[in-house]
Amino acid sequence: MREVRHGTARLLVVDDNKVNRLLLTRSLELQGHSVASAENGRVALEMLRRENFDCLLLDMEMPEMDGFQVLEVLVADLHLRDLPVIVTSSLEGIETVVRCLELGAEDYLPKPVNPVLLKARLGASLEKKRLRDQQKEWMRRFATREVAQDLQESGFALGGKRIRATVMFSDIRGFTGLSETQTPEETIELLNTYYTLMFDAISGHGGIVTLMAADGLMAVFGAPLPQPDPCHSAVRTALEMLDTIDLFNLERDAAKKPQIKIGIGIASGDMVAGYAGTNERAAYTCIGDTVNLAARLESHTKVAGRPILIDNATNAAIVDRLGTESLGQVPIRGKAKPVDVYSVNRDQKA
Amino acid sequence: MDETTIDRATYDELRDTAGSEFVVELVDTFLVEAPRLIDELRSAYDKRDADVFRRSAHSLKSNGNTFGARTFAAMAKDLELGGFGPVVAAGGAPLDALAAEYGRVAAALSELRNA
Repeated sequence: MREVRHGTARLLVVDDNKVNRLLLTRSLELQGHSVASAENGRVALEMLRRENFDCLLLDMEMPEMDGFQVLEVLVADLHLRDLPVIVTSSLEGIETVVRCLELGAEDYLPKPVNPVLLKARLGASLEKKRLRDQQKEWMRRFATREVAQDLQESGFALGGKRIRATVMFSDIRGFTGLSETQTPEETIELLNTYYTLMFDAISGHGGIVTLMAADGLMAVFGAPLPQPDPCHSAVRTALEMLDTIDLFNLERDAAKKPQIKIGIGIASGDMVAGYAGTNERAAYTCIGDTVNLAARLESHTKVAGRPILIDNATNAAIVDRLGTESLGQVPIRGKAKPVDVYSVNRDQKA
Repeated sequence: MDETTIDRATYDELRDTAGSEFVVELVDTFLVEAPRLIDELRSAYDKRDADVFRRSAHSLKSNGNTFGARTFAAMAKDLELGGFGPVVAAGGAPLDALAAEYGRVAAALSELRNA
């Protein structure tokens, strides 16, 4: 995504006719824009996938891949479907205009393109794109890329669907005591650094953070977008989080600050994932027994004295690749029967 | 110059909005591209390739309109919309007529370009 500054945009002109291409490029450059050009739809799509553009000015009648085909590809492409397209064509008949608009074109300008009309239509398209980009940016900041993508694809609706995924809870040990020994500013700084490090580890393995509460966080692997191996990704994330905290503690040690320790609980299985809240304010979250179990396992790390605890389902999925140790059956609050609990070894063979 | 060969108002507006030097470049490009497109049109007619025939005629129409070559653009439009059926019926005459009109357009544009 690019920000359009001072009315100057990066534009792509697509036309098989050299005279038309030169003339439209010239008109746009005279309006202060930066313009690239392509001689057919295939070349244009290659450029669009390589480079960011603010608007596409598209001819319809072209060899190899015509404008209609380009519009069809764009509308099906998640990364390109929001790109505004202004069709510039001298095709005859109102049905052509209707078909272009139905395929997602923002506007239609007949050739020869009138420069005044071009400026006005382009300005309107760029402004709409700027607002859309701004909305997406806000959504990314508050929702994570995956949730933003899910919302973009499926739209927003309260309610959930049953999925299989892996949930992780993580918490800083003794955080309350730690907060009392330092200023609120230091605590916020610590939390911000901690979140940054943990978010990097989680998103680096395809997980999303669905909840942040003081020093605790909840992450999901395998939702809203499916993941091939969510159990393995979650456990790998947990190991990376511990390694990161070790490095962070070296820095804190050097600054004569107390070390921090974290506990992590992971469980896999069925859960209900979706948007909970109200139509005005909602969050993407997962609920169910699996989620409760992960939270309990995180809490049990204090009792067990082990940093990463996982459930039976997670262990079964990773045990052939990562070293774990059975802690036997453990009574867990909220569960009628004791559950199998495993500790993940810190030292893993590569 | 016959006004139906090149409509001066259209040409002057093009020159004023795009700039004199640029229009010289644009005319030169057209004088290279148009004969190629006319050849393409003839070849598509010989091969009965409807897509290429329509596309070439469409391109020539579009460029004719850009420079104000009204008659030329109208002839190209007839070919674009009519396909090669009427051309076959007329023994290829409309293609010869288009090529002849292009000769007049090229001469007029060359004159304007050097003015």
